[in-house]
Amino acid sequence: MMYAAAAIAILITLGLALTRALLGPTVYDRIAAVNMFGTKTVLLIAVLAFMSGRADLLDIAIVYALINFIGVVAVLKLVEHGNFFTDGKSADEVNKK
Amino acid sequence: MIVEVLSWTCLLAGGLLGIIGGIGMHRFPDFYTRLHAAGTTDTLCAALFLLGLGLQAGLTLASFKLFLIFAFIFFTSPTASHSLANAAMLGGLKPKLSNSGSSSND
Repeated sequence: MMYAAAAIAILITLGLALTRALLGPTVYDRIAAVNMFGTKTVLLIAVLAFMSGRADLLDIAIVYALINFIGVVAVLKLVEHGNFFTDGKSADEVNKK
Repeated sequence: MIVEVLSWTCLLAGGLLGIIGGIGMHRFPDFYTRLHAAGTTDTLCAALFLLGLGLQAGLTLASFKLFLIFAFIFFTSPTASHSLANAAMLGGLKPKLSNSGSSSND
């Protein structure tokens, strides 16, 4: 019962973050919303682990927390530089060459 | 019994904080304020949820895994928010200022 209430609260937050990711006027709004979505997904998996009594789901939550951070930083680098392989140059500098 | 009540309180407070952050994502006017709403509530919401679940689990392997998740989110969530704000600033996104004299376009 308590876990169901917590899961519903997380699901409401997920819906709000998802609508902001779809509406977001700038690309940074979308990334911020997706970052929030990822954090809340980790919490949802942890709550589901306790709700279903299967503690091994927590391992998946750990992996998701790791992937979420790497993914956000990778997408930020892609937005900032236009590719994944430059070191500190902007997209314009690379295209000039 | 006391542990149950504490756990309930933590989970409810965490859920409430998360929903407040979600509403803030919609009601604030520009990117930086939205990032403030999302970034600040994210960390405490996660901490409260994981504390509530950890109180349910007691001193077991499950609570150690919850602590690992907490430690990781505690460090990465502010880092992600900072790099987002930094990237937006470098990308040329200007904060919306109310007292800048000309509040003409956008």
